[in-house]
Amino acid sequence: MAKEVKKVNKLTLLSKGWNAVFVIILFLMALLVVIPMVLILIVSLSSELSIANNGYTFFPSEWTLDGYRYLFKTGDQLADSYLVTIFYSITGTLMSLTFMTMFAYVIAQKNFKHGRLFTWLLFFTMLFSGGLVPSYILNVRYLHINNSIWIFLLPSLVNAYYTVILRTFIRTTIPDTLFEAARIDGAGHFRIFVSIVLPLFKTGIATVGLFNMVARWNDWFTGMLYIQNPKLVPLQTLLTKLQNTIDFLKQNAAIAGTPDGIALLRSLPDENMRMACTIIVILPILFAYPFFQRYFVQGLTMGSIKG
Amino acid sequence: MLQTRANVRLKKRKKTFQKEDVALYLMALPTIIYLLIFCYVPMGGLIMAFQDLNITKGIFKSPFVGWKNFEFLFSTTDAWVITRNTVCYNLVFIVINLFISISLALMLSSLRSGRYAKTVQTVYMMPYFLSYAVVAIVVNAFLHRDNGLVNSILRLMGEPGKTNWYHQARIWPPLLVFVNAWKNVGYQTVLYLAVISSISVDYYEAAVLDGATKFQQACYITIPHLRYIVGISLILSMSSIFRGDFGLFYNVPMNSGKIYPVTDVIDTYIYRALTYLNNVGMSTAAGLYQSVVGFILVLIVNKIVNKIDPDSAMF
Repeated sequence: MAKEVKKVNKLTLLSKGWNAVFVIILFLMALLVVIPMVLILIVSLSSELSIANNGYTFFPSEWTLDGYRYLFKTGDQLADSYLVTIFYSITGTLMSLTFMTMFAYVIAQKNFKHGRLFTWLLFFTMLFSGGLVPSYILNVRYLHINNSIWIFLLPSLVNAYYTVILRTFIRTTIPDTLFEAARIDGAGHFRIFVSIVLPLFKTGIATVGLFNMVARWNDWFTGMLYIQNPKLVPLQTLLTKLQNTIDFLKQNAAIAGTPDGIALLRSLPDENMRMACTIIVILPILFAYPFFQRYFVQGLTMGSIKG
Repeated sequence: MLQTRANVRLKKRKKTFQKEDVALYLMALPTIIYLLIFCYVPMGGLIMAFQDLNITKGIFKSPFVGWKNFEFLFSTTDAWVITRNTVCYNLVFIVINLFISISLALMLSSLRSGRYAKTVQTVYMMPYFLSYAVVAIVVNAFLHRDNGLVNSILRLMGEPGKTNWYHQARIWPPLLVFVNAWKNVGYQTVLYLAVISSISVDYYEAAVLDGATKFQQACYITIPHLRYIVGISLILSMSSIFRGDFGLFYNVPMNSGKIYPVTDVIDTYIYRALTYLNNVGMSTAAGLYQSVVGFILVLIVNKIVNKIDPDSAMF
């Protein structure tokens, strides 16, 4: 990709003036992206006193690692949440990939009698859905999977959009003749799937898997709606809860001014600790994604292939 | 998307059941069961929109009340406000994000240094991988009443700096547009950049020989090549125009009641009707309204696209 851009540039180099203008505009835009995150990082490293005096600022009067220290000392909840999130992100992604690739293989078959029916069964769920409330009633009242690990795994098993993309990918990347040859050799569908499609299809699966895993890692809604057990609260939900409880208690304690309220406030996580928590939640993704960027870009373009 | 030419041709040949197809049914079975339970059963659950649902009695024993839930929903101005907010915000998001990301992609693709372009695009894509739980905290760092950066700066400038921004309706429409762009423009830019870099160099060589300027090349080669991908993304976003991004509209404004008139969308309304008011019937009615109108919109968009450019149509 970069090579081609360079080649074009050699032919028609942008004038130095315009190049400088573009470089500056693009740099300012990059700053706009980075600065808010830098602010969070700096607040997580500011002392409570500095925050009380100057608010959140890029130039705290006192730097400290206290936020992180408290977090690790009192962070049982954080550890639980980390474990739960890692567990269901990985397990859920593996389950999803198994379901989705098998189904994609089936609907990629051109001679399968019920192929069209199955495709429509999947595709229709992209166009029309029961929405939040019926799913909620189903999960809570009839399946009883709320407040358990299953709520993170089952309702999000199959993503119709990515399954359609996987199907298109199987059709366009794996030639029909390969299937024919395998069949003449006496291989059944399951055998073809495991020993031909999966190996040829590694990047496609990795791409969908990565998107799936990021979506699971970032999901705060499921936890907020269905989970009460503190051992099962995911990281992102923990962040939201932390924020809301602090604001709520602060307002009420300030109004009531009771000793109890003030004591409760003291025991709450400090401002810098909350920001430290945020940093620790986003760190894995920020570190991992530049390495996987190739897959993400590929995933984006995958969506635009038609089959 | 569904019908390829090969598929049409094959339809004429009769598809018969073969013994080896058993494996295919077995492989499809898990997903079929999933779809039936978690997608189609909830569709049937939409019947609750016509019931006065009592959670303990369940769906099968609750009484039917006809269109009463809908009458309740549409009797206030709520239905109008949430519909207007959902559709208008989405339209503005589509236009603004498209404009910014195409401009950025054009600039990035014409830079002299490929490495700089690569670094910058990695930075741009970063917010796309943050959850709205995190984005809400980031926004809060700026808008917090006591500690927020905005009020601190106001205080430095001699203002009182005591404004609670979560009560100020006027700042939220532009702010939400900004936050949405901040989070999503990066990945769109990278997508368009990927398409631009796949354009054959021959076009540009020919254009240079004819004496075309950089600007003319962008107008007559690059942008026309983006038409297809832009079309696809427009169709996708048009068909979800009736769905509000829950995280953006619920988490970022911290669910602040004072600014509901400008932040409430159909999805947040349904969520609150369910969890705060416990009004299952009415929230299902709002969900049914969203699903049906959304579905009709998809059909209309697809029909129009089919007329203009059949290749880009969804089905």
